[in-house]
Parts: sequence; structure tokens; C-alpha cells
Amino acid sequence: MFKSLVILLAAIAVTSAHSAAQATVRVQPANLQGPRTLQEQTASAVIRDYLQSWRSFSAALEQNRAGLLDSAFVGAAKDQLAATIMQQTKLGMRVKYQDRSHDIRIVFYSPEGQSVELIDKVEYDVQILDRDTVKATQRVTGRYIVVLTPAEVRWRVRVFQEESE
Amino acid sequence: MALKRDLQAGEPAWFASGSLYNAGRYVAVLATEYSTESGLFDVVPASEPANISFLAKPSRLPVGMHDGITGAVYAFDIYNNLITAPMPVSFELSTPSGSMQRRTVGTRYGAAWTAMDSTAQQGIDKFVARIGDVSSTRVVGQVPGDPCVLKMSARLSGRELELVTDPVRDCSGNPIPDGTIVTFTQAYPGGQSTVDVPIKRGIATVQVAALSGATISVASGVVIGNQIRWGK
Repeated sequence: MFKSLVILLAAIAVTSAHSAAQATVRVQPANLQGPRTLQEQTASAVIRDYLQSWRSFSAALEQNRAGLLDSAFVGAAKDQLAATIMQQTKLGMRVKYQDRSHDIRIVFYSPEGQSVELIDKVEYDVQILDRDTVKATQRVTGRYIVVLTPAEVRWRVRVFQEESE
Repeated sequence: MALKRDLQAGEPAWFASGSLYNAGRYVAVLATEYSTESGLFDVVPASEPANISFLAKPSRLPVGMHDGITGAVYAFDIYNNLITAPMPVSFELSTPSGSMQRRTVGTRYGAAWTAMDSTAQQGIDKFVARIGDVSSTRVVGQVPGDPCVLKMSARLSGRELELVTDPVRDCSGNPIPDGTIVTFTQAYPGGQSTVDVPIKRGIATVQVAALSGATISVASGVVIGNQIRWGK
């Protein structure tokens, strides 16, 4: 019997731990709206924590372990990713992401300093595994809109949303 | 999010309306025993906002501060997707007396901000951000600023001098809150004494020794009041 399988997956880009070294990262000069000056040290911390969040995310979706999201994600972004992991687990699926390049620009620093928004043009590969069989590998170029908020010792991703360029 | 359907040949694949509610890019994979095809498609946020994340700061500030109040919003649809298409956001700061400041700002990548002046009148103001029919309100307490003018008078009371300020107000006429410290300093030949007094019922008062030749001054915060020379 000819049998087919349709799978839909939100292509949420992330880099795995080993792939981080391979991805190129370009940071554009900030194009800020808002009255607050973004200090270089703050911008560096935001970028560092954002890239770290990709590693957390990638590992979480590859291993189907929602707990790996805790250090880097918060709020709706964390809830959505945790729900995806739950769905993947139920379906017997895993997804591997490998980022190729990031082109990041910070676009908003809220006046009270409680949020930073950045745009990241990302190129990445996504590999979909169904019961450990590779079903598809897709090269994706997209634009991520990301909002981070400060936590105790780092910035955490609160909005993590992709759209086509 | 991840969805999967098993199909027979010729059977259409469908996903119920509302089953894809997270905005983003999706990979669709069609896998058979013999081949696999995949493609990308986008799910975009709903155009109507359902929720505004509105952060206003500070929650309390002195009256009369230019751009002293700031507000920032992010606009989300009913599924908590950030709405990135530009939309006008109306910010309104209203006082209990009915005066209002209003600004309209367009969102950029789902975010917008504004700055407002605190008004001349103390009290509780409402700071509202509105997009279409959705609004979010924050309360901003405006308290009197520093004393504007500090004036005291002195009168003899027995062997002591009673020092009393006029009602202490800020430059907009708002009474300075009780508890604010007023400092009376008496300099006399061979010494100086200082007394800190909290304002009670709008004024500060203290009794000091009446020393002939003394110079008495009054201050509160950064404001220095008048001086009185006693005797001689």
C-alpha cells in the first residue's frame, strides 16, 4: 500500500553546540528607536546571550528536553518551544538545526531598559527525523524578530519569531 | 510546533483551521516509501491586536518633569504572536482634573514608545496605551517636587524663639508632603546649632534658644530660605 506521511514543523532556527563555531556572526551597527543609549557592554551581552539561547534551543529540540530551555528562554517563547518539544515527543520526532550565518541588528532598546529587540537574518539547515530516520533536510533563510528581557544574570529570549525576508 | 498525518494514496492532507497558531516559517514534508519532498511556508500573525504588553516607568515621580514618564509597548495577537506590521499606538496621560497629553506613535517591528511630561498637579494619573480596541492602563503617581520658596518667621515665646515656616509648596503650588525634613540652623558667636524638623500639616516649626546676635537660616533639600538676625 502506497503510504505517505505529512509533517509540519515550525522552522525555528537555532544552532547546536558544535555548530556555533561554524556559523558566521555579523553584528550590524544598532539602528535604535528609543531615547536610551545602548552601551557597548550591554549590546555585547545581549548578542552573547542571544547566540547562547540558540544553542540551548537547538539542544532542546534535538534531544526533546524542554528543561534545556530554562536558562535562555522565558514567557511565551519558552511556552511555545516547550509545547513543540512535547508534540515532537508524542510524534516520535526530533529536529536538528544547524545555523550557517547570523546577521544581527539591534533595533529597539526600551526607555526603561527592560527589553531589547533585535532582527537576525539567519541562514540555517533544518533536519527532520521521524523515529530516527531522516525525512528531510532543508536549507532555510529567514528573518528572526527577537525580544530579550533582563533576568538575574543574563538576557533571556521572550519573543522568538521568524518570518520570511 | 509539530504536526503529523498518516495518509493513504490519493487522500488529501489537511490541518484544521487554527491548528497552526504560532507565527513563523514552517517546513512541510511529504514522505512516501520511495521519496520525500519538502517545502517552506509562512504563518503570519493575525492583523488584529489582542494583547498589549505595556511597561510604564516610573510609577511615581515629581510634578513638572519634562519627558519624565516613558511607556513602551509590544503588540501581540490572540495567539501571543508579535504583530510586526506597522500599527498606530495611541498613548494618553490623563490627570484627575481631566487634562490630557496624547501622542500617536507607529509600531516598528511590533514595538513603540513615547515619553510624556509629568503635569503640574500632584495626584494619580492614568497612562493608557491603545491599539484599535485594545488598551492597557498604568497608574502613575505624581508627587510634589522640591520646595520652591522657603520662608520662615520668628517670634519670642518666653525665653525661646519660635521659628515657623510659611506653608511649604513646590513651584507648581502643590503642598510638600508631611515628613519632608526642614533644617533650621542657628549661628551665634562661638558656635552653631542645627535642628532637623519634619513638616507637619504643611509647615515646619521649632523652638530654639533666643540668642542675641544669632543668625538663623532655613533650608530643605536644595532650597535655601530666608535668614533672620536676632537681637543686637
